[in-house]
Amino acid sequence: MTAYPFHEEVLLEGHIIDSLILPKVLDEILMHGGTYELKEIQIGQRQVDPSRARIEVRAPTEQALREILDAIHDHGAVPVVSEDCQWLAADMDGAFPENFYSTTNHRTQVRLQGEWVDVENMEMDCGILVEPERRFATTIPMVRVRRGDRIVIGHRGVRVLAGESGIRKSLFEFMSSPVSSEKPKTVTVREIAHAMRRTREVGQKVLAVLGPAVVHTGGVEHLCWLIRRGLINILFAGNALATHDIEQALFGTSLGVWMDRGLPAEEGHQHHLRAINTIRRVGGIKRAVERGVLRSGIMHDCVTHGIPFVLAGSIRDDGPLPEVITDVLEAQDRMREQIRTGVGFCLMIATALHSIATGNLLPAWVKVACVDINPSTVTKLMDRGSIQTVGVVTDAEPFLRALVHELQMSEAEARV
Amino acid sequence: MTAMRQPTILMCPPDYYGIEYEINPWMSRARGAVRETAQTQWRMLYETLVGLGVRVELLTPQPGLPDLVFTANAGLVFKNRFISSRFRHEVRARETPHFDAWFDAHGYTVEHLPEGMYFEGAGDALFCGPILFAGYRIRSDAAAHQEVGRMIGKVVLPLELVQGHFYHLDTCFCPLAPGEAIWYPPAFDAYAQRVIRSQIPRLIEVNDHDARRFGCNAVVVGRTVVVNTGCEKLAEDLAQAGYRAVATPLDEFLKAGGSAKCLTLRLDGEEAAVWDS
Repeated sequence: MTAYPFHEEVLLEGHIIDSLILPKVLDEILMHGGTYELKEIQIGQRQVDPSRARIEVRAPTEQALREILDAIHDHGAVPVVSEDCQWLAADMDGAFPENFYSTTNHRTQVRLQGEWVDVENMEMDCGILVEPERRFATTIPMVRVRRGDRIVIGHRGVRVLAGESGIRKSLFEFMSSPVSSEKPKTVTVREIAHAMRRTREVGQKVLAVLGPAVVHTGGVEHLCWLIRRGLINILFAGNALATHDIEQALFGTSLGVWMDRGLPAEEGHQHHLRAINTIRRVGGIKRAVERGVLRSGIMHDCVTHGIPFVLAGSIRDDGPLPEVITDVLEAQDRMREQIRTGVGFCLMIATALHSIATGNLLPAWVKVACVDINPSTVTKLMDRGSIQTVGVVTDAEPFLRALVHELQMSEAEARV
Repeated sequence: MTAMRQPTILMCPPDYYGIEYEINPWMSRARGAVRETAQTQWRMLYETLVGLGVRVELLTPQPGLPDLVFTANAGLVFKNRFISSRFRHEVRARETPHFDAWFDAHGYTVEHLPEGMYFEGAGDALFCGPILFAGYRIRSDAAAHQEVGRMIGKVVLPLELVQGHFYHLDTCFCPLAPGEAIWYPPAFDAYAQRVIRSQIPRLIEVNDHDARRFGCNAVVVGRTVVVNTGCEKLAEDLAQAGYRAVATPLDEFLKAGGSAKCLTLRLDGEEAAVWDS
């Protein structure tokens, strides 16, 4: 049975069995396109005793739910009176009160002063901060809690509007399983291309999360094409992607290997460090572009096309490049800021670390395509709760080449 | 109920009766009631009942309340309790203080349902045996009936009414005795039809013609059924079942969507009611 996202609990009391009111209400729910779950049913012991049923009504849209509730209300089914969510003022900085409500990445509402309010900035593994008088609720990471913040505790007055798996079906219509190395790639790539175009058409942004294999495998040109076409609007990566991209722009090598010949360059292993050094001497990637030191590549195109990028550092980084944020908490916050500017689709290529980090921050309704030569990257992502992910097991460059080809074909078709 | 009691009915003379508004498909201000005829017809009903040994109590008519004659809608009488109606239409809600005052003055405990519920008394709630059959959707609410069930501790079976011309349960259903009733099936939805069939073993079905003559809106006194004229088939069927049909003209009241039953409120429990099981 489809788990529709919109639901409300109703109570039906009285002689609901003999009067056939219970079967009638259940029939009515189904006839209006909804589903139900009998949460509780108490049958009267003697004929004169009333019975009682608590029914969860589910519907595909808010409108459909309203219609069902209106229809069954006529037969005496009344919404269960919900309580407001409960909250406690944080007693210290950097930690939630005990029994805090831990979020999922699904759309969530809390009841404040009798009204269901959407929790803003939906993100998994956070708490919920409320301002009841403003009817405002937002997720808050543990580390950002300040003493006195009002944090939701327990589950009362909190509801999760989950079960949006139907959306995956419409976005990636041909995919029946989320990850497989044995799927026809052309179909998958076409679906991703379609999703990217649609995201842009509705005014949302495409976020790319990239690992250095994009550069090593020769995918820079394809990626630059996507940036120039406005099909990638935000970039998340680490020191390595930017470093090897700049290395290629400055030396023609990636990891010391000539990109045109595939052979190692003499002293090539030093190229990436020299590249970082050059950028550090100038004062950063943006400055290097402005001064004409950096004239091509992904980072160059990001700067010249005004694409915001967040480079998050890690413990094994060389350098790092000046724009790399070495404080992971700050990096997370900068990533959150970017996600909240209206990301509608996320393309993750060849990075487990940054993909999982981004997956943690994305709400469940932002669809994700994860491209990796290692199937376990996709599996890990999904195991950590990013169930909206569709995986493609392939190397970065062949995927990008196919994606660009698909997009160029559809552009050509559009022109005809 | 008990064999020795004298049947008691509340009526209200039609001094101010008329079609002054339209709240059901029968009513048309263009087709007003003829006052003298209405008076005569009401008087005939009154005398028929008195002739059957009924003690008739009278409510004082009030100017500006043309439907006060339809005492069946005042509320539900259960023993010495009066559960006052909450009328769906404001024009009729104004009758409530007069009904409440009468019942209060006559020793009944007057009770009210919570605000926001609609309940139109014996018009929509009729005992057949120990079960209270209750019509809903057009005038009364299913939830209100459940509340009434809670208040009196009786089984209440809400029945959905689906035809505007049969807007109250007493326009399409009339209990004759425990386990026996007159009814007009098309006025009910499929679930309600199943409920009635499964709960009441002896049913007399009224045809379309007699249903529109308000054959179901009958007053039962013992084995006598007082009904509007022109319900020939129903009269035959009643005779077959061992009842005597007494026809009395009530067409002036049919113009407002009422007939014999609507003009009366049984105070000591309908013939079919079993209050103490």
